[in-house]
This record gives sequence, structure tokens and C-alpha cells, in this order.
Amino acid sequence: MRIFDPHIHMTSRTTDDYERMHEAGVRALVEPAFWLGQPRTNVGSFTDYFDGLVGWERFRAGQFGIAHHCTIALNPKEANDPRCTPVLDVLPRYLAKDGVVAVGEIGFDSMTEAETDAFRRQLELAVEFELPAMVHTPHRDKEGGTRLTLDLVEASGIAPGMVVVDHLNELTVGPVDEAGCWMGFSIYPDTKMDPHRMVAILQQRGLDRVLVNSAADWGRSDPLLTLRTGEAMLAAGFSDDDVDRVLWRNPVEFYGQSGRLMLPGDPDDLDGAVDEVDESATFEGNSILRGARVQAS
Amino acid sequence: MTTVRPLVPSADLRTVLGPEGAATLDEMAATLRATPASIDRLFPAAARRTARGPLAGTAHRIEDAVRVELVGAVASVRGPADLAEELRLLYRYGDADEKRAVLLALGGIDDVAVDARDLLLDALRTNDVRLVAAAMGPHARRLSAHDWRHGVLKCIFTGVPLAEVADLDTRADDELRAMVRRFADEREAAGRPVPDDAAALLTPRAETTTAPEKA
Repeated sequence: MRIFDPHIHMTSRTTDDYERMHEAGVRALVEPAFWLGQPRTNVGSFTDYFDGLVGWERFRAGQFGIAHHCTIALNPKEANDPRCTPVLDVLPRYLAKDGVVAVGEIGFDSMTEAETDAFRRQLELAVEFELPAMVHTPHRDKEGGTRLTLDLVEASGIAPGMVVVDHLNELTVGPVDEAGCWMGFSIYPDTKMDPHRMVAILQQRGLDRVLVNSAADWGRSDPLLTLRTGEAMLAAGFSDDDVDRVLWRNPVEFYGQSGRLMLPGDPDDLDGAVDEVDESATFEGNSILRGARVQAS
Repeated sequence: MTTVRPLVPSADLRTVLGPEGAATLDEMAATLRATPASIDRLFPAAARRTARGPLAGTAHRIEDAVRVELVGAVASVRGPADLAEELRLLYRYGDADEKRAVLLALGGIDDVAVDARDLLLDALRTNDVRLVAAAMGPHARRLSAHDWRHGVLKCIFTGVPLAEVADLDTRADDELRAMVRRFADEREAAGRPVPDDAAALLTPRAETTTAPEKA
């Protein structure tokens, strides 16, 4: 089983996790910029974090044979702090980079005016930089937040197929599906969504425009719940090809729209390419860190 | 204006890029000569607009050679102080690939008015071996003896081949060898292998100096 985790916060995870993930079949991931648990108080705190996402964390993942990508944004919670909002002016520096595959996480936390303003401006940036947008839906009043999210997406003029609305559940998946956006599901040990509920949603709605992620971070979470979802799909009668589509081809299709994925070799035949990477390859044999070859001719 | 030595001859790079990639590189260089500030977007996008990967027959990568040429285009229309400031910004907001390209470009600048040793020291503080290696190129001759020795020791420690270090033969001194000796002692005490590069540096070389002439 090859797995592309489209939403996981590796900065908060250990090297043990990287080893277990590689063993489970994870060969690529996207790490969205998000809240650190401790509120930031200035723009420099963001830029150092962004530098880590496009620098050290990418290098660290490469040492474990995993292609690391990220999304960059001012997250909804901190959009409410005027000490943080000037980071919006710095984002263009990062949105031009290889491996930055979307603007995100954007969206709502408490649905304030400041959040709405940051959300709008960052949807504009997604359009300007021809990037997908990754939208977080709130923990509280998820239904109301999702509705408002879809209104803003529509008003922005961004193509719905360039937007993933994440952390969905049984109540919020319908409107997102109808809007034509991608549907993101975060599989958590005891909140948001679990593997069996996920399988039921796939049985009901099919596999189109679905992204399954672990969203593992500094909270109680499990980077292998993508694998567990794949196993639950197989147990429920889905085929290997169905699992590959949900856990690999769908995220490649969605984030591939950025033109900035850095998958080594042929994305359809990744296993061989990445398995050649070993620890001794971290200096000269570092092609995984750059990945996709743009043909010279 | 300041000259930036390309990583590989321009014609060779264009052959590797092919007609389309070469035209894109020329177009980006022309844009930069007209509007140097546009490097903030062209530099990060350079690889995906041209090509990436090992540059056959060299120790370099295609995207590095392309980015160094872009720096060369900016250098041709900017004074050394402005160029150094632009490189500082590219490095500050660069991902690891972009940072490495800035360090490699610095290695091709002989102009003493361009002094970016602060960027080298930043790179030497990281644990990314690609940055550590690029920091120890020709621009490192601006580092103090203390900083340079610690850079060499870090290369040995992190597995960066000493062949990457510029001026090693002329600059290695007794103090460096003493530092490497202590590193080797520590490794031996722990029952761990001493890297070949460290051992080579500690091996007494054949006497090459001639005896001073008697007055």
C-alpha cells in the first residue's frame, strides 16, 4: 500500500514516527502551516516556522525516504491577533517556492471579521499564485463555518476543484460535495472521524474528490490512521486499486494542480524510486529532496 | 557591477537545458537585467521553469547552475552593496535549495566589496549537510581562522567530504589538526570509526618546505 498523507504536522512528530510511517507505506506528505499550540506574538515567529517547513523538515523527511511538501498561510486562529496579521505581506515570498503546494490552512476558527478578511485575502493569493487552497473547518459550529466557507470560496472566484475543505464529518460533507470542492477527512483516534465512519462515507458517496489524512500533530493523534483506513476499506470489500486511489492518486491529483509536487521519478511507480534512498544517500544522493525532474528538452 | 563566475560554462548549461530551457533562462536573465528586483519571484521558480537534477559530467546540479546565472544577471546591473543585500534577502527567505544556490553564487564572486560571511555562518549553524558543504566554498576565505576551522570540523563531523572545502591545503594549520586530533581521540575512545578525511588530515605530509638559507 503506498500512502500520501495530504495533511500531517511532522514538525510536531518524532523520528520514530517517520520510521513507522515509511514502514507503513507513506512515501509522500503535505504539512500545512498551522497553529503551534502556543500563540505566536510576532511575524518573525511565522517566518522562522515557514523556513523550517521548506528547509529542515523537508531535509528530515528525506532522510526517511518520504517526500515532504507544505502549505503556507496565516492560520484562522492567529488571524485575530493584529501582531500576527502583517505576515500576510510576507506570504508571496513563500508561495513562489517549489514544494509549496497550496495556500493553507486558511478558513474559520471563531468566524470573526478578522478571520473573514484573512480568509478572503488568502483566497486571492491562491488565485494569484495558481495554487490550490486548503481550508480548515472550525471545531465549534462546524456546520455554520462550512456554510460560510463555501460562500467565501464562491465569491472569491477560485475554481471549486482547487479547494479542499478539511476536517469534514457526516453533516458537513454534503454541501462541500455539492459545491464541487475536494472533501478532506482527518482520521483521529477519538474525534473528528474514524476509519469505519470514513469507510461508510466512501460507500455512500464514492471515491471522487476525497482526501483522507491523519492530521497528526502535537495533540493525541496517530500518523498511521491513513493505513488503518486503507485496511478498513479492504475489509469492507473495496479493492486494492480503490485504496490506492484514495490514499495515493487522489492527493497527487489535487496537489498536482500546483505544479509543485516533488515526487521522485514517476509518481505512478514511486515505491522503487524511493526505496533506493538510504541514509548514506542524504548528502550526494539527495534526489528525493528535489524530486520531480523537469525534462530538459 | 560585479562578476559572478558561473558554476559551469554557460554554453554547456544551455546544451543540457535544451533550446526551450535555454530560451527560458535567457529570458529570465534579460528580465533581471531590466528589473533586478524581480529576482524574488524568479529565483524560487527557476528550477520548475527550466530543469533540475544532476548536471552530467560535473559535481553540480542543473538548478544550482541556473540560479547562479540568475545572480550573475543581477550582479551585472547592481553595485556590490546592493548585490550583497539582494543575496541576503534571497537567502533569508530561501528554501534549502535556494539557500544553497546563494552560497554557491557567493563562491563565484571575487569582489572584496561583497562580504556575506554572515550567511556562511548561518549555514554552518544548520545541520543540513548540503548547506554546510556549500558554505565552505571559496567565499569562506573571508571567515576568521577560528570560524573556518570550526567549519572544517563540522564537515568532518557531519560527513561532508573535505574535497568540498576550498583552500584546505593552504589553510589547514596546527590548531585545526589539534582540533581534529581531539575529535579522533573521542571517536576512538568510544570505539567508533574515525572518518577517512579526518585520518588523512592527521597523517603527516611529506616535508615540502626547504630549509632556510643560511645567512
